[in-house]
Amino acid sequence: MTTATATRTHVAEVPTRRKAFDWGQVRTYIQAAIILVWCLLPAYWMIVTAFREVAYTYDPTFWFTHVSLENFRTVFDESLGNRFGQALLNSLIVAGITTLIALVVGVFAAYALARLNFRFKFLVLGFILGASMFPGVALVTPLFQLFTNIGWIGTYQALIIPNISFVLPLTVYTLTSFFREMPWELEESARIDGCTQGQAFRKIILPLAAPATFTTAILAFISAWNEFLIASQLSNDQTKTVTVAIASFAGSEPMQEPYTAVMAAGTLVTIPLVLLVLIFQRKIVAGLTAGAVK
Amino acid sequence: MNVQLPSNDMGVEHMSNRKFSRMTYPLAAASVLALTLSACAGGGGGTGGGAGGSDAEANLDGRGPITYVQGKDNSNVVRPLIEKWNAAHPNEQVTFKEQTDEADQQHDDLVQNFQAKNANYDVMSVDLIWVAEFAAKGWLQPLKDKMAISTDGLLKATVESSTYNNTLYTVPQTSDGGMLYYRKDLVPTPPKTWDEMMSMCSIAKENNIGCYAGQHAKYEGLTVNAAEAINSFGGEIVDNSGKATVNSDEAKEGLGKLAEAYKDGNIPAEAITYTEEEGRIDFQAGKLLFHRNWPYVYKLATTEASSAVKDVLGLAPLPGMSGPGASSLGGHNVGVSVYSKNKATALDFLKYIISEETQRFYVTQGSLAPAMEKLYDDPQLVAQLPYLTTLKTSIENAVPRPVTPFYPAVTKAIQDNAYAAMKGEKAVDSAVSDMQSAMEAAGAK
Amino acid sequence: MSTDVTKKAPTTEAAHHMPGRESADRKQVTQGRWASVLLAPSLILLGIVIIYPVVNAIIMSFQKDSGLDPATGFFVEGGPAGFENYTHWLLQQCNGVPCPPGTLGAQFWDSFGVTFFFTAVTVALETVLGFWMAVIMARSFRGRSAIRAAVLVPWAIPTAVTAKLWFFIFAFQGIANQLFNTQILWTGSEWPAKWAIIIADVWKTTPFMALLILAGLQLIPDEVYEAAKVDGASAWQRFTLITLPLVKPALMVAILFRVLDALRMFDLPYIMTQGANGTSTLSILVVQQIRQGFNTAAALSTITFLVIFIVAFIFVRFLGANAVAAASTGGKKK
Repeated sequence: MTTATATRTHVAEVPTRRKAFDWGQVRTYIQAAIILVWCLLPAYWMIVTAFREVAYTYDPTFWFTHVSLENFRTVFDESLGNRFGQALLNSLIVAGITTLIALVVGVFAAYALARLNFRFKFLVLGFILGASMFPGVALVTPLFQLFTNIGWIGTYQALIIPNISFVLPLTVYTLTSFFREMPWELEESARIDGCTQGQAFRKIILPLAAPATFTTAILAFISAWNEFLIASQLSNDQTKTVTVAIASFAGSEPMQEPYTAVMAAGTLVTIPLVLLVLIFQRKIVAGLTAGAVK
Repeated sequence: MNVQLPSNDMGVEHMSNRKFSRMTYPLAAASVLALTLSACAGGGGGTGGGAGGSDAEANLDGRGPITYVQGKDNSNVVRPLIEKWNAAHPNEQVTFKEQTDEADQQHDDLVQNFQAKNANYDVMSVDLIWVAEFAAKGWLQPLKDKMAISTDGLLKATVESSTYNNTLYTVPQTSDGGMLYYRKDLVPTPPKTWDEMMSMCSIAKENNIGCYAGQHAKYEGLTVNAAEAINSFGGEIVDNSGKATVNSDEAKEGLGKLAEAYKDGNIPAEAITYTEEEGRIDFQAGKLLFHRNWPYVYKLATTEASSAVKDVLGLAPLPGMSGPGASSLGGHNVGVSVYSKNKATALDFLKYIISEETQRFYVTQGSLAPAMEKLYDDPQLVAQLPYLTTLKTSIENAVPRPVTPFYPAVTKAIQDNAYAAMKGEKAVDSAVSDMQSAMEAAGAK
Repeated sequence: MSTDVTKKAPTTEAAHHMPGRESADRKQVTQGRWASVLLAPSLILLGIVIIYPVVNAIIMSFQKDSGLDPATGFFVEGGPAGFENYTHWLLQQCNGVPCPPGTLGAQFWDSFGVTFFFTAVTVALETVLGFWMAVIMARSFRGRSAIRAAVLVPWAIPTAVTAKLWFFIFAFQGIANQLFNTQILWTGSEWPAKWAIIIADVWKTTPFMALLILAGLQLIPDEVYEAAKVDGASAWQRFTLITLPLVKPALMVAILFRVLDALRMFDLPYIMTQGANGTSTLSILVVQQIRQGFNTAAALSTITFLVIFIVAFIFVRFLGANAVAAASTGGKKK
């Protein structure tokens, strides 16, 4: 078989390199440019606003004008009670642990669902899905009371456990569908070829599963990172996450909307996240898939 | 759902059952746990019945550390205040719990903690529109007998907003009233009545700018503006006993004025999307002749670099039917939770917060209008904050927004129907009568 | 951990135990045992957070909201309600009369329709756009990783910021009107408000679709395409006969979860319009009702839950979300 890497596959219309001028490639670049503009234009506006003086918040000039760093200073200003650094750390802890646990637990469940025969499978699948059907806004009040009774308000687990349950259904379903598509028989043949089960898993299954697992991890991490409802009610000053911290920004006058500070915080939170994902994608996935058998 | 049983299933029926019970055991355990806890929590919405009776009697002499809960401290006035208190009261330290900047989230946070009988929420800042609701749920400590506190020297309207069912439940901390901002360069003398203001709209047309805007998007601000129109023309939304009384000719006339102005274009079309900030931006950019807003605009419009109206900013009381209009009252009150363990300390802290010294600090540091009457006539303050005189007129003529424990439903009834009336989707008469029925359906009858 | 799982894979173990039984039976039993061990952590975690609130909500939904005692001015417990809270929403009855305009009860069926409208339009657009993005991202060209990073940006910005950003963009004085030289009241009239929310939602969540579909595409081996090319299949045939069917399981999971999420849409419409101008979703109604009375809100949550359950059921049962259906037949490879 070919190298099992993230880049090994191509979809229909793979451009051929024989022609002198490659129209297929040009079409790809044009479409890529459209995607780029669609995804980044609103984000560009966020960044422009983040760098704008508060007095010119509503200035609709498309370019960077009235540039200032005051919004970024506001974001970190502890004398205003904006403990953004602490909030970033909290978000990392909550989203990181959530992703880790959800992934481990989800891989177990998905393996069982994709590879094992047992009764009531459909019931289990239905129950897992059912967790994504209740309006999230209606979960907060009962959870608040539950966690108050057991003294969990203001602890990390009060944020992590609900978050796990929010991302777990998606994690289990995506992993199940990917696991089902994996060529498990390759594992068998590798073992016939003399690999141990561990080797077969590491060299065949893991590289194949890596892109899908990684995608699932990104999706889980980002949804935990962005969770607001639970965090706003079940955290305290010490465990407040970035989304809550952003919602606590305020203008310097009552009623004044802190758009520029919110956009600055949005910029600060998003760019490292995207870079982090990129680095992970390159180093880890590439590392995992490098050892793949030919 | 579609349970596809494996084909060889029949032979292992009993095994399957065992398997099932194993799998479901954790689930069953979780639900038993849940039900047990449910019994302890006492459910979601209801209150412990009555006046929160025994809770309101308990811990009246308690002294010790307390927590003060308030929304985002925009102007950074609360922290210094608490530091000062803590320096003087080493054994009764106050911790500041800062909520978010959104009023809805502050409300929900308070409700959650009251429902959970959280003893760590001792003293809280309460938007005046929530006082009746929290009092009727039995969550606020009645400020009488041992907990009595003097309200002498506080503006009458603000004390009314602190009172429910003839009992004082909170004390006013800050006040707020709507004022009319106008362009001094285009309008030499400000209009005294609504009709006069409308007649001046020709000036706006000549200068190619919008005439008047308040807050007309469908949110709490529209309740404020619609209530001002209704009250200014002699209408009333709910009476003293909490009964809806909006269905009157006066109310129809008031709301009709707003709807008519929007239809005529005297209120520009885009104002239907305006909250405080969009209106202020338009006014500051010189695109509005008249603008109804709160005192905070004064500082920004006179100091912000982008403001085009710095030198031509005029300020007047809201125009009414034949004189000053009836502003809706804004502001925040402070109350004590019935579940607090240290109510004696809480009461002292309340007194400290409404003291003259604190209110002076609030208004100079943070544009937070005081609730204490005499500060509005203080020559030093007036020199520093020229809007105080106008604001006093506004607050003296102010009507608290409907004082009713059903406030969320009442404001919804006003917003939905006033919005439809302004946009011309519904006749003013039926909008007002629908308001009445919607409030009655919610219980205000 | 995964290594463990594989080592103890049932097929290898079954033969050593329980002699005298038919081997298929033994396999089934061991697999079932393993399945319960592997599934238990997930089910417990979901159970803790979901079962308590749901059971709680269902119980509360049969209680009346507390009412005001006119004698004391205090709220008192409402007592049992039977199905009154449910008929309040479904029949839009307020104390025995039709709910007047300006009450939440009068909005139920409107919100119901709006929610389904938003779901249908946003999920359809997100699927098409997401597929397109995934197909482009799966091609090899220079700068591909830049596109992958860019696609992540809308999804990575916290919703609280996204909603404010779009509110700001669609303000009358905002950049949208400025850029296109229009004077649209984006949040002040019905269809522009709906489209503003749809645009914001599609922008935000298409990356979710694109990434899931991309991961599905990456599972398709190259050889399949090469073989098809040798057989003379056109690009379109390769897409409809290979890409689409092979990516379908991943696609269906992505669509299913988007549908479940969209049916509970809250933040974007709440921050952008507060539900004005025909943009009030069922979740917005729940939040507003929680402030007016928790028990009536609990009934609405339960109704929403049932509605979503029915949609998911139809989806899985009849629309061939067969990643799920096929999974229930066990680890059979296509």
